Amino acid sequence: MTVPAHVREEDERLARERKKLARDGSKLKGARLEARLDKSWARPPGIIGWISTVDHKEIGRRYIVTALIFLALGGALALAMRMQLARPDSALIGAARYNELFTMHGTTMMFLFAVPVMQGVALYVLPLMLGTRNCSFPRLAAFSYFTYLFGGLLLWGAFFLNIGPDVGWFAYTPLSGPEYSPGKRADIWAQMVTFTEVAALAVAVVIVCTILKQRAPGMTLARMPLFAWAMLVTGIMIIFSMPSVALASAMLISDRLVGTHFFNHFEHGDALLWQHLFWFFGHPEVYIIFLPATGFVSVIVEAFCRRPVFAYPVVVLALVATGILAFGLWVHHMFTTGLPRVGYSFYTAASMTVAIPTGLQIFCWLATMWDGRPRLEVPMLYVIGFIVTFVIGGLTGVMIASVPLDLQLHDTYFIVAHFHYVLIGGAVFPLLGAIVYWYPKITGRMMNPTLGKIQFWMIFLGFQLAFFPMHLSGLLGMPRRVYTYPAGLGLELPNLLSTLGSLVVGAAVVLFVVNGLVSLFRGAIAPDDPWKAPSLEWATRSPPPPYNFAHIPVAESRTPLWDQPDGLPVVTGLRVDEKELLVTTVVAAAPDMREPVPHASPWPFIAAVAVAIVFIATIFSPWALAMGIVPAAIALAAWFWPKEIKREPEPVIT
Amino acid sequence: MNRPLRFTDDLADLPTHRFGPSSLTWWGVVAFMVIEGVAFAMAIAAYFFLMGHEQGWPPEGRQPPALLAGTLFTILMLLSEIPNSMVKRAAHERNVAAIRVLMPILILIGIVLFVIRGFEFNSLNCRWTDDAYSSIIWALLLLHTAHILTDWIDTLVLWLLMRTELGYEGRKLVDTDENALYWRFVWLTWLPIYLLIYWVPRL
Amino acid sequence: MAQAARSEKLSIVVTANQWWWDVEYQSADPSKTLRTANELHLPVGVPVRIQLKSSDVIHSFWVPNLAGKQDLIPGRTSDVTITPEKIGLYRGQCAEFCGVQHARMALNVQVESYADFVNWWERQLVPPKPPANALAAAGYAYVTSGPCSVCHTISGTPAQGRVGPDLTHLASRRSLAAGTLPMGKGNLYGWVADPQSIKPGNRMPTIGLEPDQLHAVVAYLETLK
Repeated sequence: MTVPAHVREEDERLARERKKLARDGSKLKGARLEARLDKSWARPPGIIGWISTVDHKEIGRRYIVTALIFLALGGALALAMRMQLARPDSALIGAARYNELFTMHGTTMMFLFAVPVMQGVALYVLPLMLGTRNCSFPRLAAFSYFTYLFGGLLLWGAFFLNIGPDVGWFAYTPLSGPEYSPGKRADIWAQMVTFTEVAALAVAVVIVCTILKQRAPGMTLARMPLFAWAMLVTGIMIIFSMPSVALASAMLISDRLVGTHFFNHFEHGDALLWQHLFWFFGHPEVYIIFLPATGFVSVIVEAFCRRPVFAYPVVVLALVATGILAFGLWVHHMFTTGLPRVGYSFYTAASMTVAIPTGLQIFCWLATMWDGRPRLEVPMLYVIGFIVTFVIGGLTGVMIASVPLDLQLHDTYFIVAHFHYVLIGGAVFPLLGAIVYWYPKITGRMMNPTLGKIQFWMIFLGFQLAFFPMHLSGLLGMPRRVYTYPAGLGLELPNLLSTLGSLVVGAAVVLFVVNGLVSLFRGAIAPDDPWKAPSLEWATRSPPPPYNFAHIPVAESRTPLWDQPDGLPVVTGLRVDEKELLVTTVVAAAPDMREPVPHASPWPFIAAVAVAIVFIATIFSPWALAMGIVPAAIALAAWFWPKEIKREPEPVIT
Repeated sequence: MNRPLRFTDDLADLPTHRFGPSSLTWWGVVAFMVIEGVAFAMAIAAYFFLMGHEQGWPPEGRQPPALLAGTLFTILMLLSEIPNSMVKRAAHERNVAAIRVLMPILILIGIVLFVIRGFEFNSLNCRWTDDAYSSIIWALLLLHTAHILTDWIDTLVLWLLMRTELGYEGRKLVDTDENALYWRFVWLTWLPIYLLIYWVPRL
Repeated sequence: MAQAARSEKLSIVVTANQWWWDVEYQSADPSKTLRTANELHLPVGVPVRIQLKSSDVIHSFWVPNLAGKQDLIPGRTSDVTITPEKIGLYRGQCAEFCGVQHARMALNVQVESYADFVNWWERQLVPPKPPANALAAAGYAYVTSGPCSVCHTISGTPAQGRVGPDLTHLASRRSLAAGTLPMGKGNLYGWVADPQSIKPGNRMPTIGLEPDQLHAVVAYLETLK
């Protein structure tokens, strides 16, 4: 097809201009290069700059800090619950308030802490670990942070206004339906789910695309760090599981607001439809929380045992197998609902099978530790704490996978013990280790190691004291979600011990936060690579400059920094005075394209505000959805509309 | 970077746009297609779950949705693939003039589709508050309507951009190609939903 | 009646409500069906089929020392068959979060010999005699024609409400308010005077009885053995 003459002339002019653009390389490197990159990658100062950032490190840090604040809030709720349960027939906290507390505790931990914190760490670390300058779709990442924040504010605002949800984090119908939960509490819960699911799905897309398309040249899938594999599987799991709960919560709001009958058995709906849709998401959700933690463990074990993880392909296959199997287990949450027994057998088998790939990963880590020379620094202590605690939780998991046993233990404190063992042992311990591990990279300082060791033992032992007795109270018949229990059933001692343990855990968390905050000002200054670790994030400064790497590194093995002592290979030729990164091919990571990186923009924030207003208004009226389309569309159009309609020698995203 | 460096390939001549899976945004679009596809799949699963509870589908005394509006919609959606494919090819050929003519045709087709969709809602022969059957078929139709509305808005904004000189930029042509890909997804997901709303109740 | 229980499988319908258990012993002879609440008596060694229904939200029927739990889901009827092996007193509790007073939804299960079980059933079928003494009679008048009768049934009296538990032989039960308080005069006073302070949010309103009404009502309820 012919292109008009004036366009052809413009093409040629731009081609000439292109040749004059500054690019990094042997002629432009070192401090001179970094000064120019600092300028082009700087974001505007002040509040506007803060809301406009497109730097994955800033967005990742925000996610982590916000999620840790929610952890603290959720933990405070847990302490309140434990004070109420310390004694039988206690009148410290009344029934209605207690039900709000456990609802808020579960909802906060699952939706506002666990998944966002993993995504936040991935958002910060992955581009550095993969050797690129930013995440994919940074404006989408920015939008997702604000959406997550607004969802959390909605939930907690409602709680402080005394209209918080009280139907459990799982909100079974018909209890959460229009007839048995009047008012707006359950709607607020359901819409918060929408906020957090939209945010999590957006970050999942960002993470998956960053991993597949922006790895350093030479970092084939077979050389990719195990943390990246864990996040790839996690991201895909999020994409396949979260739409289910988003649909379920939309159906719930619909039943409550506009009179549909999805869950109303009087009009041929079904309360179990909710359970299926919820748990189809809910089970993969716990692996979405767990798999990133296995990524942390692989990273820490490798660094502190000073050798690559044993049997890398086995670990990768184990991650993939876990991700796939996780989708076949959800009915094990429904063993008491009276579904056909023959179907239940399948879910028992699948629930037991999923222990195998997880076990394989653990054996690989143990082999790595056996063959390596472990340094018992604080992150490694957390790995050991993880192995001990998670394995106990995994064992109780295999127990309750069995239907006859589950028919006794379902909905008792045994289950509470089980999932805290796997979630705190399996996700929080590795997370704390990962925070200590990457703290020097993020802040440029080291956390205090002595305090770190004390605090590790406190949280590890306090956890066992808090949660081990719950196996016993469950076996003694104490149901879940009860604001009190009668005296004389033998439940007093386990509950008292749990309460004492929870206080120790609380103190340990406070110590961790103190260590984190004080070390910001008084911690030892961190070099680029304090741990002598193998992956690419340690090749740049601590904290990294906005552009991460002055030159894009090349990876020639799974442990690049250990295998290239005579000089880190880098590619050259990227623009210096405009933001640009490298896109590579999916499997072989061969350089494929240069991709412009968006400038800072307030539109993701504005779009998140518009979407938040629509979501919140929809709690009160269905018309909000129809009317909200207009401002949301305007915000999104402005997001994509370039600031200047002008052809540049190389594309620029403004 | 404080370590010794070894300079290897110079990548200044790499392009800044490519079509298909080489493009970063292609993966973003595909990811969103998967997300929405899963949401539809779960809604379809809910449809069959609720259908399993009923004596009749539609339940006793209810008429299935009238065929005319839905079938007209389906025919027009399938026909829209003709200009859509032409836009996709024009993007690869950098034929901006053709894109500037074809996209408004798609936008107009979209408007007609919305009008027909209005008639569809009106001829479902039930109200979403009637029972679970009504709730799920209204939900399926609403989900798809949201789908087609968002792509229509995308197409409109993209057309406005293609009318400027930026239309000749490689990355905008890739955007146009990917938008056409997404349109295919919109009518492909319509087909099973069409069958579930209009034909399964007639079986 | 004894024959009914021996030759057919013993069949009970348990309907869960927020936050109490409605229990109905079925019989081929309609005059022998027995309705009670929050308590089960079962003969040892006899398989009992318990049908499980819910009148409102999802609950779960669980007597740990007898059998695993089974959910009661509104719109569905499921069942469990239990054969108690040992005579004794068992405690059950709702095991699916069902609202504000989920924690106080227990039930007492008495497993006894076959003869004792039959005796119990026959006694429970006999409607209580109208009370002799004046105070209890005043209570009778209030309960069977006042607000209590809107929700509760006492067989053989004008009180035929079906919203709340059957009270016909209330005083023969081990506990009040679904296991919340042991049965006894003091607890009856406390419950009737102010149910909302003992089990906040439950469906029995605090009416605000005058003292002599309260004395009369409790005196009457104590006769419902």
